[in-house]
Amino acid sequence: MELQKFTYDNKLTNYFIWATVGWGVTAMLVGLTAAFELIFPNMSGEISWLVFSRIRPVHTNAAIFAFVGNGFFAAIYYSMPRLLKTPMYSKPLGNIHFWGWQFIILLAAITYPFGLTQSKEYAELIWPIDILVVLVWVVFGLNMIMTLVKRRVKHIYVAIWFYIATWVTIAILYIVNNLAIPVTWYLSYPVFGGIQDALVQWWYGHNAVAFFLTTPILGMMYYFIPKVANRPIYSYKLSIIHFWALIFLYIWAGPHHLLYSALPDWAQALGVVFSVMLIAPSWGGMINGLLTLRGAWDKVREDPVLKMFVVGVTAYGMSTFEGPMLSLKTVNALSHFTDWTIAHVHIGTLGWNAMMNFGMIYWLIPKLFKTKLYSVKLANVHFWIATLGMLFFSIPLYFAGFTQALMWKEFTAEGFLAYPNFLETVTQILPMYYLRAFGGSLYFIGALLFTYNVWKTAAQGSFMRFENDEAAPKPAPSPKESGHRKLEGRPLQFTVVALIVILIGGLIEIVPMYLVKSNVPTISAVKPYTPLELEGRDVYVSEGCYLCHSQMIRPFRNETERYGEYTKSGEVVYNHPFQFGSKRTGPDLAREGVKSLPNYKPNSWHYSHLVNPQILSPESIMPQYPWLAENEIDLSVTPKKINVMRTLGVPYPEGYEDQAVADLQAQYNKIAKGLRDGGIDVGDNKEIVAMIAYLQRLGTDVYNAK
Amino acid sequence: MSVIILLVIIGIVVAGLFLLGFIWAVKSGQYDDMYSPSVRILFDDATESTNEVDEKNSSTKSEIK
Repeated sequence: MELQKFTYDNKLTNYFIWATVGWGVTAMLVGLTAAFELIFPNMSGEISWLVFSRIRPVHTNAAIFAFVGNGFFAAIYYSMPRLLKTPMYSKPLGNIHFWGWQFIILLAAITYPFGLTQSKEYAELIWPIDILVVLVWVVFGLNMIMTLVKRRVKHIYVAIWFYIATWVTIAILYIVNNLAIPVTWYLSYPVFGGIQDALVQWWYGHNAVAFFLTTPILGMMYYFIPKVANRPIYSYKLSIIHFWALIFLYIWAGPHHLLYSALPDWAQALGVVFSVMLIAPSWGGMINGLLTLRGAWDKVREDPVLKMFVVGVTAYGMSTFEGPMLSLKTVNALSHFTDWTIAHVHIGTLGWNAMMNFGMIYWLIPKLFKTKLYSVKLANVHFWIATLGMLFFSIPLYFAGFTQALMWKEFTAEGFLAYPNFLETVTQILPMYYLRAFGGSLYFIGALLFTYNVWKTAAQGSFMRFENDEAAPKPAPSPKESGHRKLEGRPLQFTVVALIVILIGGLIEIVPMYLVKSNVPTISAVKPYTPLELEGRDVYVSEGCYLCHSQMIRPFRNETERYGEYTKSGEVVYNHPFQFGSKRTGPDLAREGVKSLPNYKPNSWHYSHLVNPQILSPESIMPQYPWLAENEIDLSVTPKKINVMRTLGVPYPEGYEDQAVADLQAQYNKIAKGLRDGGIDVGDNKEIVAMIAYLQRLGTDVYNAK
Repeated sequence: MSVIILLVIIGIVVAGLFLLGFIWAVKSGQYDDMYSPSVRILFDDATESTNEVDEKNSSTKSEIK
């Protein structure tokens, strides 16, 4: 058969690599800043856009979507054409994908520090940017699917299966989790409320880990480890089993983020069972990756690229062992809300994701620039300080998590909490926070060495943009082949079908509207927020308070003793979005407003505490929020907020929007008068008063009914 | 908790898509040969790299559109 000639274009692979390098360093720098802010809370001073709670989403999003995302895009644009023996389908689509993605990241990095957020972890982007994400994702998918259609090789190598699963699943998850009704161009309320919203968010959240941080990187592993080691994968059959088992099991694991919450028990059990089962395919994959290197360990000793891959795959194995373990209810009871989770995810990102990215780039840059790596020695140094940095980061945090959880749970012989003051449990683990920042610094220095090394490598070579290759055309499908094979020969029809599949995701948007009815509370004492409290809630969301304060009291004696009655699902029905949180760097706030509980604080305390927490608790690691006393609420939006909330099923009476501002001001003046009488000079329409009103409302409804 | 029903439906639909993908893969003979694909990727390197597109021999132009 005659061979066809064609040319690969390395331009976008190269672009994606440099984007990975640049955003990787950025993500780590922001993360390091956040780590230091937890030790020196007033590092951000009066600069609102530098405060921990606003830059934490910048860090997580940059690490996930910018660093890891661009990394696997580079892998896809490099490996797919070579595996399928055809160039990527379209250069314009590729360019839109690249520049569109960078533009989205830039918008994220600008909007988060200004407090524009939906407050859903790893899905914080405001709604106009969400739409952009979906568009760019569709462009990426089209480019990938059409490349697949045009392939010259019949067999689709396992790496590509992982890429496809990534695209399909993220598209669906992202759309469902971001269903919301806009209030203004920067604000929207999610369609789901309370426990429903929490479930959707963590169904998304866990699958973002599964299909954005795991499957595409496994694709990378299955392509690059064999290529670099020049060995076939240990067992191709195992890789196929790994793939199908993994994607079938992963989509059900989400509820393990909501153990002991108000989520029904059967849903929690479902999440636990599937999470535990996940260990089988995950470890199958790890073993497959590591055993590929059997008989090649001499190469691993020499080659920093393979070293990175070995640590990467091992970290994958460690975090996929830890994941199922943390999903067991007994372990989760201890680990949830503590730094244990932070340690766990960093084994995943610093160990698995980043090491795979580093290894791939150390291998690809010399290849693309037709030269040798500038300094193998420097790469080895990077390998060691990155590995040590990761361990110095995570191990202290494991101890911090254990220590703090055990302190929370400890009772004295008389039956009182041994550490009734939450702050004691924080100061106890501060030394671990120092070590974490040290580990993070090491890791960051490693990333700088990496950048320098690949930069010098590129500078000493010259970029080979094109590569010519040849292959036999794919045999034409026989007439009696199945529908899918026929579709493959007709790109246009295939595109239409692909689009319909995506649109189904969009159509699902209509269904939730029928579900709104279920937001009717089962607890009659639970009433909607007053307009001022609603405004305060939006400030709470915008500042990112949920990143350090949970609003979910679990049914344990130590928690009900410390925080009051455990949280019921009927109490949170009007919460669009939910604010359970997933970490307690500070105490839980679910019942902050209940006067009969030990945590209750008067308005004036909240005012002083928000402006400068250290005045009241010198050892507190909460940052100052002085701008809350300066910024004003935009009263022109309040009626719109009421309207949107009513659409979502929150029972504000018809026409209440006209009265909302008057009600707001009445409540405002009452609180402000109290503050002014106490000698605090608070102005009109300040955010801080709205925030206080919201905090004082938290958890009170069921207590008032008693 | 009606949203859980929605999520279960979506979960089943996604799993169903995966199942169809799996059945297609098996039926179309993707997994007939469980050995050579793993070896083949080691020999798929391009024949030459260049900074010029080989206009005459390249099918890139027609591919790009």
